[in-house]
Formats: sequence, C-alpha cells, structure tokens
Amino acid sequence: MRKKEDLGKDRLIWIYTQMVRIREFEERVKRTFLEHPGAMRGHTHLGDGAEASIVGALATRNETDFVMPSYRCHGYPIVLGTPPRNMMAELYGRKDGLCKGFGGSMHLADPARYFPGTSGIIAAAIAHATGAALTAQVKNTGQVVYCFFGDGAAKQGGFFESVNMAACWKLPIVYVLENNEYQAYTHISLEDANCMAGDPLSKKAAAFSIPGVTVDGTDPLKVYEVVGEAVDRARSGQGPSLIESRFYRLSAHGNAITVPPAPTQFPEHEAIGVYGNKAEFQAAKANDPIQRFRSELIKNGVLSEAEASRIEQAARSEMDEAVQFALASPLPSPEEATNYVYA
Amino acid sequence: MPQLTYLEAIRQGIWEEMERDPTVFCLGEDIGIYGGAFKVTDGFIDRFGPERVIDTPIAESAIVGAAFGASLTGMRPVAEFQFMDFIGCAFNQISNMVAKTHYLWGAPAPLVLRGPSGGNVHGGPFHSQNPEMWFVHNPGLKVVCPATAYDAKGLIKASIRDNNPVVFFEHKYLYRRIKGEVPTEDYVVPLGKARRAREGRDLSIITYAAMLHTALEAAEILAKDGIDIEVLDLRTVAPLDREAIIETVRKTNKVIIVHEHSRTGGLAGEITAIINEEAFDDLDGPIIRVTALDTPVPFSPPQEEYFLPKVSDVVREARRLKAY
Ligand SMILES: Cc1ncc(C[n+]2csc(CCOP(=O)(O)OP(=O)(O)O)c2C)c(N)n1
Ligand SMILES: [Mg+2]
Repeated sequence: MRKKEDLGKDRLIWIYTQMVRIREFEERVKRTFLEHPGAMRGHTHLGDGAEASIVGALATRNETDFVMPSYRCHGYPIVLGTPPRNMMAELYGRKDGLCKGFGGSMHLADPARYFPGTSGIIAAAIAHATGAALTAQVKNTGQVVYCFFGDGAAKQGGFFESVNMAACWKLPIVYVLENNEYQAYTHISLEDANCMAGDPLSKKAAAFSIPGVTVDGTDPLKVYEVVGEAVDRARSGQGPSLIESRFYRLSAHGNAITVPPAPTQFPEHEAIGVYGNKAEFQAAKANDPIQRFRSELIKNGVLSEAEASRIEQAARSEMDEAVQFALASPLPSPEEATNYVYA
Repeated sequence: MPQLTYLEAIRQGIWEEMERDPTVFCLGEDIGIYGGAFKVTDGFIDRFGPERVIDTPIAESAIVGAAFGASLTGMRPVAEFQFMDFIGCAFNQISNMVAKTHYLWGAPAPLVLRGPSGGNVHGGPFHSQNPEMWFVHNPGLKVVCPATAYDAKGLIKASIRDNNPVVFFEHKYLYRRIKGEVPTEDYVVPLGKARRAREGRDLSIITYAAMLHTALEAAEILAKDGIDIEVLDLRTVAPLDREAIIETVRKTNKVIIVHEHSRTGGLAGEITAIINEEAFDDLDGPIIRVTALDTPVPFSPPQEEYFLPKVSDVVREARRLKAY
C-alpha cells in the first residue's frame, strides 16, 4: 500500500511543480488565440482542472511505464519530460514540433518517453493501451500501462471490449476514467447510465469483476494512493483496475469552431454557455486543485510562499520560452506532406 | 427568395421533414441541448422535444445500429456524426447491415447518416476527411454530397423521404461560407441526378461538393482566355448519373474530373471507366484527374494547401487539355 505520508518533501514539491507547469502550458495555449491569432489552427483542448489527477497518477509511475491518454493530451508528456517548446511548436504546426507539425494538439507522440501516441478518435486508445499491456505481459518486462480516457469515451464499445480482455488476461494496466462531468457539450447526467442511477462511474468495473474505485481527482495525494494501489496490483500480475477520477474541466471543451476571419478562441464553459449554470462553474473554480494544493503545502510547511512563487515564475518563463520558440520555428515545407506514406 | 447559408438550408430541410412526418427523428452526439457541434440542429429540441432530438453517448456503432433497428420498425432516423471521420467507428453496421438488408430481407432501411466532412479548415487528419468512397464501394447505399444551399436542402429532404439508406456528406468548408437562394415552398432535389452548373463547349469538369466552387472559379479565369468550360455537379455520387456524364462528354469531348479525396481508388477512376465503356469514341484527349494527394489530410496549413486540389491546378490542367 502506498501512503501519501510516505511522500517526501522533494516529491511533494515535484508534484506541485508539474501541476503548475501543466496549467501554465494550457494557459499559454489558450492565450495564443488572442496574442498570436492564426498561429494555431484546428481543434485544441485543454487539461486545466485535470492537473491533480494527472500528476497524482503519474507520481506512482516507474520510469519505463507506458502512458496512453486520449486526445486531451497536453498534460501527460509535460510530466514525462517532453520539452514544452516542441509540444507548443507541434500545436502551431511547425517544423520543430514533436511530430514535425504532422500531428497537432490531439496527436502528440513521444515514444522515447514511453508516450506512444494519442488520437482524435474517442476511445480508440483504450484498446491501444490494452495492447501495450499485452506487450508488457508477453515480454515480461514488468511495465504497467496507464490508460487515461474521459467519461464520454467510457461509452464506446472499445472501452467495454478492451476492459473485458484485460480482465480475462490479467493485463498490467490501470484504466483511469477521467470524469470531468462533460462529454464535449453534453452533461454526464444525460449520457451515462450509472450517473443517471445515482451511482459512481467506477461501478462499471463490476461488469468485469475487477476493482473499481472512485477518487477525488482534485487532490493529487488521494489520486496517488488509489492509483498506486491499482498499479501495484497490475505489476504483481493481479490484472487491471478501473479508477474513476472526478474533477472538473475548467475551460470550455475546445476552441470555437468558427469560419475565419472570426477568431477561434475559447468560448465560455458549457456550464454557463449551454446550461446557464454559473454556480456550478464558479464552485469548480473556487475548488481549483492547484490553489488548494498550494495552500496545503504552505500550511504544512512543505513550501514557503516565496518558494511557491519561484516555482510559478519558473513555469511562466519556461512556457513563455516555449511560445517564442514555437513562433520562431518555420512551417514545414509543403512537399514534405507526401514523405511518410509507405504504402 | 430568401438567401440561406448551406448550413441553414440543411437545417431547414431536416426541420421541415420533422414537421411533415412524425416518424422522422434525429439522434447524435451533442445535437439536442447544444444544437450540434456545428449547430445544424440548433433549436430542434425546443420544437420537437428530447424524444425526437436525442443526445446520445459517444457510441457511433450503436448509434447507427439503433438507427437501423428503428428504421426497420417504422421510424425514419436521421443520425448525425459530429465529424464524418468518426463514421469509421460504425463501419461494420453500415457496410454489413445497413447496406445489405434491402437486398437480403426485402426490408428497406429508411435512415440518413449525415455530418460534416471535408478539409481546408486545418482540422488535421481526423477532422477533415472525405470518406465517401468507403460507401460508394458498398452496393445498397446512396451517397449524397451537395455543393449549394438549394441542393443541400432539396437533397436532405429527398434523402429523408427515400426508402433506402443514405449517407449524406455536408462539406464543412461550405457550411457558412456560401449562400444561395432557397425557395420557401416545399421541394426536393431527386437523388441520383447531376446538374449542369455551367454551360460550356470546350471542356467538361466533372466534380461535386466544395470542389464545385473550385471548378467554377477556374472556369471564370479560363473564360478570360477564351476557354469555355462546362461544369457538371454530380450532387449524388452513388448512384452516379451516368447519362449526365456521357452527355457532357459527347458535347465537349474533353474531361477533367476534380475531387477532394485522395487519388488512388477515388471516384475519378470510376468515372473514367464509365466514360471508357460508354463514350470512348467521343474523347478527343486523355481524361485528367485533379485530386488530393495519396496521404492522410495534413495538419500544418502549408501542407494541407499542398495536399488539396486548387483553382490553379484546375486552370493548368484545363489549358493543357485544351491544347491537346
Ligand atoms: C469517435 C469519436 N466520436 C466523437 C468525437 C467528437 N468528440 C471529441 S471530444 C468528445 C467528447 C469526449 O468526452 P470525454 O471522453 O468525456 O473526454 P473529455 O473531453 O471530457 O476530456 C467528442 C464527442 C470524436 N473525437 N471521436
Ligand atoms: Mg469528459
């Protein structure tokens, strides 16, 4: 059993630092639409609000464990050590992007850091992650796969088919269902049978006779404990678990889909824009996981106010540099478009 | 006549069919309370209620399967894909079930599968595709790709009334960029009938959807050089209007086929074969293809531009063919 009390000061500061880096990256992505209109095209989705869940989960990880999230994917590679400048350049479709500008926001990959790749097809990666766990099992590498996906994705056949297989074969995988209350623009109360019945979404695990746990995904240390237990289980050959991590997405689903010259910036959060529920959104804002963890660390004497500010300032500089780097990076040459088709 | 956007024309068409026929209903992701990612069903839930404007979970295969089951049992479902790229998730239901049931069981499946397709919006490889050929190759499906507001409305209405399954591709680049006159009174545009979008003598461009506008623009440029272009808008790509294709070949004797999907296995190959079979002697030059490249749709803007057929490509090829 992993206990949060076992986390040393350095590790706690590491968790806070990664959370701040993710937030700062996402803030810069969002501001690009206003500060550098036209620099970023296509569909972009942010992970603000998910930081505690992402970092708490990945804090349990061994160096060579695979991380396979869905399309809302910026946060994870930041924690794995992928340079944010190359990620930003990828979002801007530039030559120095992580995928040479071929992927964009939803299609990041950094295989050298055990981040095989993400896609814009909802739930496709749940099966891919299951296959990665099969590799780990067959090769007996001791690796565990961290599979992250949304509440919406958990309605695809690919979820049910994959988790059943993983349970049958006792694969070393942890399924983290990120319940942020929305499937794009539709509230979870309109699309999830468990939710409609007043049950937690982790109840889905019962269908496969595997452990299912719901955790407060706004608290990185709670996520650390719950995911840690599932990871230990997976690594010791006892098979998969399903963790429902509950948090709230703090930005709108994605940038607006508009026709130029209308700017493609982020609209209001759906809670307000679609459901007229300002209170829900404000409550989530007031419960911002980063602010909460910061106060907790300061209260417990892990961080001083000055140290916290230094971490935040460093993240700001890092992401500022990432934006400048991305803007300065050239666009890929048009002819290169035909380079990588092999059949 | 009022001027409507392509998007508004589709919206009106579905709306009117729902008013006319209580068995018509819509289902899809975010189509109800939100009104659809592109707002095609904006306001529908207020008028028709959540029983007929259904917000679904993300489950394309079951959405199509359920629409199919409903269509076999007395309903006329109109299922939306948030992007037509995601129709791949439902491919088995469409290809193995929806397309074949009329043939196997004598049971028509009156359903419409619709949504936005097409590039030039920098959406990247999963939000820009033109997957119509996946379905053209499946006997039993009608495949519709309107290019104008008038046709979009008339064709969606005809599709909903048709007793066979229709896959309806709405080009997202056109949604709010083009407008056209659309009658207020009831009308349909018959499926399977092409339209001569421009009269000309020298050379025919056969195309559809967003590429119609590329072809028409090229035709204007070529007119200044004294090259008189005819443009045929297919409107429906399955079944193809073979008569209209042959007629224009007989008239101009030279053909360029323009489509936005990639080249290999594309519609141009099929049309070329039809012309070879039925009008070979009428040709005064090679049939020329102007298409997207054989790659996924690139994300980075200069690469997507390079990938897509352009007005300048059509103009260049037309000059070459004219001189042939
Ligand atoms: C197969 C497929 N269907 C639909 C979409 C459109 N879409 C993109 S994101 C999204 C909602 C995803 O919700 P969830 O899984 O809860 O993830 P979240 O956005 O909340 O992180 C939808 C429907 C898609 N990308 N792929
Ligand atoms: Mg969600």
